[in-house]
Amino acid sequence: MSQSTSQKIPVTVLTGYLGAGKTTLLNRILSENHGKKYAVIVNEFGEIGIDNDLIIGADEEVFEMNNGCVCCTVRGDLVRILDGLMKRKGKFDAIIVETTGLADPAPVAQTFFVDEDVQKNARLDAVVTVADAKWLADRLKDAPEAKNQIAFADVIVLNKTDLVSKPELAEVEARIRGINPYAKLHRTERCRVALSDVLERGAFDLDRILEIEPDFLEAGDDHDHDHDHHHDHHHHDHGHGLKHYHDEDMQSLSLRSDKPLDPTKFMPWLQELVASEGQKILRSKGILAFHDDDDRYVFQGVHMMLEGDHQRKWKADELRQSRLVFIGRELPEQLIRDGFERCIVS
Amino acid sequence: MSAFEPGHPASIASVTDKVRPVAIGAPVTAVHFLGERAAFVGAEESVSLVDGEGAISKVEVHGGGILCAASDGERIVMGGDDGKLVALNAKGEVALLATDPKRRWIDNVALHADGAVAWSVGKSAFVRGAKGEEKSLEVPSTVGGLAFAPKGLRLAIAHYNGATLWFPNMAATPEFLAWAGSHLAVTFSPDNKFLVTAMHEPAMHGWRLADNRHMRMSGYPGRVRSMSWSVGGRFLATSGADTVIMWPFASKDGPMGKEPAMLAPLQARVSAVACHPKQDILAAGYSDGTILLVRPEDGGELLVRRRGPTAVAALAWNAKGTLLAFADEDGDAGLLAF
Repeated sequence: MSQSTSQKIPVTVLTGYLGAGKTTLLNRILSENHGKKYAVIVNEFGEIGIDNDLIIGADEEVFEMNNGCVCCTVRGDLVRILDGLMKRKGKFDAIIVETTGLADPAPVAQTFFVDEDVQKNARLDAVVTVADAKWLADRLKDAPEAKNQIAFADVIVLNKTDLVSKPELAEVEARIRGINPYAKLHRTERCRVALSDVLERGAFDLDRILEIEPDFLEAGDDHDHDHDHHHDHHHHDHGHGLKHYHDEDMQSLSLRSDKPLDPTKFMPWLQELVASEGQKILRSKGILAFHDDDDRYVFQGVHMMLEGDHQRKWKADELRQSRLVFIGRELPEQLIRDGFERCIVS
Repeated sequence: MSAFEPGHPASIASVTDKVRPVAIGAPVTAVHFLGERAAFVGAEESVSLVDGEGAISKVEVHGGGILCAASDGERIVMGGDDGKLVALNAKGEVALLATDPKRRWIDNVALHADGAVAWSVGKSAFVRGAKGEEKSLEVPSTVGGLAFAPKGLRLAIAHYNGATLWFPNMAATPEFLAWAGSHLAVTFSPDNKFLVTAMHEPAMHGWRLADNRHMRMSGYPGRVRSMSWSVGGRFLATSGADTVIMWPFASKDGPMGKEPAMLAPLQARVSAVACHPKQDILAAGYSDGTILLVRPEDGGELLVRRRGPTAVAALAWNAKGTLLAFADEDGDAGLLAF
């Protein structure tokens, strides 16, 4: 029997390059006085000091699915562990999966799209990436895994900010934004971050895809900034030294249209796009206004896997604007823009 | 068993009034018979032994989740997330068989007719012979399922991209049967001629052991979680579809090039199957809580349980085939005597 979203156990994926502070954040989450119980799935079992009753060692086994799609991979160990954990329902409130420093977050996320039993019992809440303010810029140059983790993130905990100067911090933030402008970014020392900023984010919940705007453009942001970010977003010159970078191989692409889309053109186009370019597209999200349709349609995807649904009625005072975001490697920008244009009802 | 009448669920003959209801009061994941008592294996901590009068005695077996269970009729051996392998006998006595030194999960267990027991922890499979000698084998990825062959001391180990056949008492290199994908539950046909795995994707795979020829058994809408051999091994009944899927294994080619029989369709998915040990009859449980007895010969059906709030999680016959035990995911259980 399927359960409603609220009854499903939320799963937070904690990722980050070696030494960034994943274990520090994990211990912070577990030790805080929140009255909640977490089941924690870690790699390198028993080698790191984590104090928790329910701790399970994982082998990070990445399995290809037998559907001819090379990017359709799942974490086989996670399927097994979540199945076993469900026997202890009621003994914990949420699950945290800590990946190895070199892990690609995609197979973890895809496990939640592909596996029926996992879907029935658990929901992916967010991918939280811990990044080292001092060394991230270097890792983005020499470690593709680190770049993947930034690109994939819903939440980025930029840690060890006390070890860098203000200009260095601005530099690394700009590097992050060049790859992923959409993740919520929190600057921390020793991963000191409010738990509400990393847990219960609902980042993969279709009902909560309310806005897909670059994080640093949002007014009234719910996280603490140490300086004001309310600047004109049409210019790259941000007025207080924030540089704007384009990463050479990892980018984000946003599309929008105030005219409605033709669903009979858009849906086949999107499916064809992720089928042919899915290896390059890490994450995709969209809020869509279809022609002759009073409902908002929302979708999200990881590589080739998509899920979407009618979300709710457009409000009377709401601008019926379609917005899409793609984050990926060497995105074929013109191909995507042209394809999207052809889906607009003229 | 004269009440079998083919027909639709609306007009189906019913024995629901003959079922003795049993309230286990906690989720159940498996049921086995120990003598004349039904042993309902809980999702965690305990097994409930229920006699023919419906009296329940609860036995604590694990300090956590019970991840796997196998029975030979004399005892049930279970592995838990407490890293322990325990055995429960018909008297209700619990024995600790093994403890993982790192308290890792015991994921799978299998029992041999001669008393040998096999279990797995991660990528390692262990066999302890009837005399107590222990052997282990590491396979390339986490073990998905274990099964002993009906003849000789031979263990099948299902894992990612195939299955390994291992004679623990022989020095020979284990045989590897390759097939892409993640293989979970595994079973030998009773005549020892075929090996079948239920895969992570909604399909089964089989090998004819004489020549390792492949048998693809696909088309399921959902993962196959329950398999049961009919009397004499003529059919393998499976869950995973909105009918009971029965693959023919009576001929030397098994199901190669043949269509399976599809029985007892309902507007719900089959979640558990158990073939009668003596006759060509099977019990099928569904995701909507329905339980039917089905006679493959003519498709005759008999209603054992009407819909319930959760899926049927476990079904078992006693060795003589005079008692049927069932339980749903919430532990709403029952016994039916013939």
